[in-house]
Amino acid sequence: MTPLKERLVQLEVLRYNPDTDTEAHFQRYEVVCQEEWVVLDALNKVKADIDPTLNYRWSCHMAVCGSCGMMINGEPKLSCHAFLRDYEGVIRVEPLAHFPVERDLVTAPDDFMEKLKRVKPYMIPKEKKPISEGEYKQTPAQLMKFRQYSMCINCMLCYAACPQYGLTPSFIGPAALTLAHRYNQDSRDGGRAERQEVVATHEGVWECTFVGACSEVCPAQVDPASALQQMKITSSLDWIVEHLIPGGKP
Amino acid sequence: METISTDVAIIGAGGAGLRAAIALAETDPKLRIALISKVYPMRSHTCAAEGGAAGVIKPDDSFDMHFDDTVGGGDWLSDQDCVEYFIHEAPKELMQLEHWGCPWNREADGSVAVRPFGGMKKQRTWFAADKSGFHILHTLFQTSLQFPSISRYDEYYALDLLVDEGRCQGVTAMEMRSGELRQFHAKAVIIAGGGAGRMFPFSTNGAIKTGDGMAMAYRAGVPLKDMEFVQYHPTGLPNTGSLLTEACRGEGGILVNKHGRRYLADYGMGPETPVGQPQLKTMELGPRDRVSQAYWHELQKGNTVTTQWGECVLLDMRHLGEKKINERLPLVRELAEAYLGVDIVKEAVPIRPVVHYMMGGISTNTAAATPLPGLFAAGECACVSLNGANRLGSNSLVELLVFGRRAALSAAEHVQGLPAANAAALNAQAEKTQQRIGELFSRTDGSESMSGLRKEMQLTMEKNVGIYRTEEGLQEGVNKIHELRQRYRRVKLTDKSSVFNTDLFQALELGSMLDCAEAVTVGALARKESRGAHQRLDYVERDDKNYLRHTMVHHQGMDSPRVDYLDVVITKSPPGVRDYSGDHK
Repeated sequence: MTPLKERLVQLEVLRYNPDTDTEAHFQRYEVVCQEEWVVLDALNKVKADIDPTLNYRWSCHMAVCGSCGMMINGEPKLSCHAFLRDYEGVIRVEPLAHFPVERDLVTAPDDFMEKLKRVKPYMIPKEKKPISEGEYKQTPAQLMKFRQYSMCINCMLCYAACPQYGLTPSFIGPAALTLAHRYNQDSRDGGRAERQEVVATHEGVWECTFVGACSEVCPAQVDPASALQQMKITSSLDWIVEHLIPGGKP
Repeated sequence: METISTDVAIIGAGGAGLRAAIALAETDPKLRIALISKVYPMRSHTCAAEGGAAGVIKPDDSFDMHFDDTVGGGDWLSDQDCVEYFIHEAPKELMQLEHWGCPWNREADGSVAVRPFGGMKKQRTWFAADKSGFHILHTLFQTSLQFPSISRYDEYYALDLLVDEGRCQGVTAMEMRSGELRQFHAKAVIIAGGGAGRMFPFSTNGAIKTGDGMAMAYRAGVPLKDMEFVQYHPTGLPNTGSLLTEACRGEGGILVNKHGRRYLADYGMGPETPVGQPQLKTMELGPRDRVSQAYWHELQKGNTVTTQWGECVLLDMRHLGEKKINERLPLVRELAEAYLGVDIVKEAVPIRPVVHYMMGGISTNTAAATPLPGLFAAGECACVSLNGANRLGSNSLVELLVFGRRAALSAAEHVQGLPAANAAALNAQAEKTQQRIGELFSRTDGSESMSGLRKEMQLTMEKNVGIYRTEEGLQEGVNKIHELRQRYRRVKLTDKSSVFNTDLFQALELGSMLDCAEAVTVGALARKESRGAHQRLDYVERDDKNYLRHTMVHHQGMDSPRVDYLDVVITKSPPGVRDYSGDHK
């Protein structure tokens, strides 16, 4: 059996400690890694064996908890899903773009958390009924209408990739809008009109310029870009109904 | 130190903590709820659970059958009053999640679909593809956003419980972003801090699963119960330890050794069932303890496959076909492909058992109450004695819900009419936390490296407290963990910064894990029998005469813990034979 291949990996990590630094700076680490490792494994080895003061978030190591988003060679990635085999030369690791840095690779997600809450990402049932009456029936086809959009792991890579969010921080942004769409598309839900107050505003879907970078970087294949385009279409239909059809209500 | 006054403080915002918070908010909107977690809620490890959640819903199923499967699966160490309560609440909780929007898989007619799972005699596992835990967690988190009475303290690392006049009345915590200590004065505290699988080097558990909640209760005098029962999941990826859900076998995947033999048939789980036609409660749908133990025997016999990641057996799902795999096991396909380079549609995937779940934990009763008034616990950190000596797959996601809610109801009742807290006494206790942390920072004679101690602990646990155990190995494990706890007092902090200091948090987590590890090793050494996940080569039989009892481990400071026992509650099912042979008709 062939042993696992090893490789000397060079990492260039952006460091910043508000206690001691006036500005961020790069620090170079060299660490022997197994060829099949991910960038997170390399960081963990640095932390354990070389520099305990390096800080970053991680937990599941299987691309589902969404903790370990960072910029790797300029691209937003989950470091647990960024394979060393895909990189040559020095690997540059920086905190997720467009979010304030708390320390090293740790960014503050407060803005995203606040926006997520604003879009009311929870069931507002069409008809309320007690648990004792059983489930709301939903066919597999109805499930498929929204399931993809329910896969968002809130890793915020799409915010780091979105040029519009970088320019206009008030933009609600891909993940939160997609989660609003996820509930709007759910056959059990009746809350679309309530969500439209947030979603169909200038800070909402109309801020999106359809660059599509969100969908390219999404590690969960959610495709926020398609969700936002669908929302624009339905919001336009609302407008037509409201303004062009006599007595129309969206 | 800033004081935050609240009615109920919840430590941990995963499945159990969120369910508790919502139940409190719904029960009494006037209650102030502080939801404290060292991670943002959606990072909690509930998200990694894959297969599903068990609750009786189909007409051919019954509560009695779920009861029997759970009690037998737990090798009769479950408290039967607890199981009884659980099985009746389970479908209601799963239905509640349906009403909150959880994207459960469906039958063609729109009703909720169920799938087969190990050790269950009927199909009763509700599922959302193979991301069930993820969807449960996000459904709960998103639902929780609508309740104004839930104040979240995200990335606050909880440190010590505040106990005065024999009641738990709060907790200290550090805001990770600033490094500032806070004290939460609360009329009741619910711990929902998850398991401690990171005590072991090879685990499905995320980095955050370090037993902080267990250790916090333990240090405050609450016993840890049945800690020696550590579940190995039979099918982990051999390099990363990532979980490949039991649903792989539920859907029809088979386990084979290097000769291509379905070896489970040789360990009381045969005869072989036809490939692709899984039959409930036998062969690949045996319980996790038995399936993992069979691997160990195959390893001794030289029947395992040698891979670059070590000795493995093969999980073969090729016969399921690409369509079914994509529909029901998409995450499994993605994980095996990404981390191992194996496409399960075309190849069998090498796997080996991996530490997955703690059956033991903070001692609680069916009301989710600990022996310390005002302190409640739920989820993996608790041992309510549902799972006994071996948890059945898909019972734990439901456990989070049922007992998360139960803890909330108990806490809501407890806070009624309590006398005012003695703030001065609580402040004095909070000072102790400050001193403890201060001492860690100011220590100048630190000689022990944090990662070095952690490695020694993990290797000790793997070597001495694995799938099969012996007196000699366990004694060595007890001695070593005791030594490591002493050496931990000299652990060196390299990073002295206040802001998001993960060197500090990892050191604190190591302290938690060492406390838990001591309870595991001491409990295992004392239990001279084999039952469920606790298998001893020197005491191979189950011994109901002496050990139909829960192990209770009591913290004694830096001394070795004290062990005593509590009788198992038997209501209607006397200990019997666990039969996973083909006699399942």
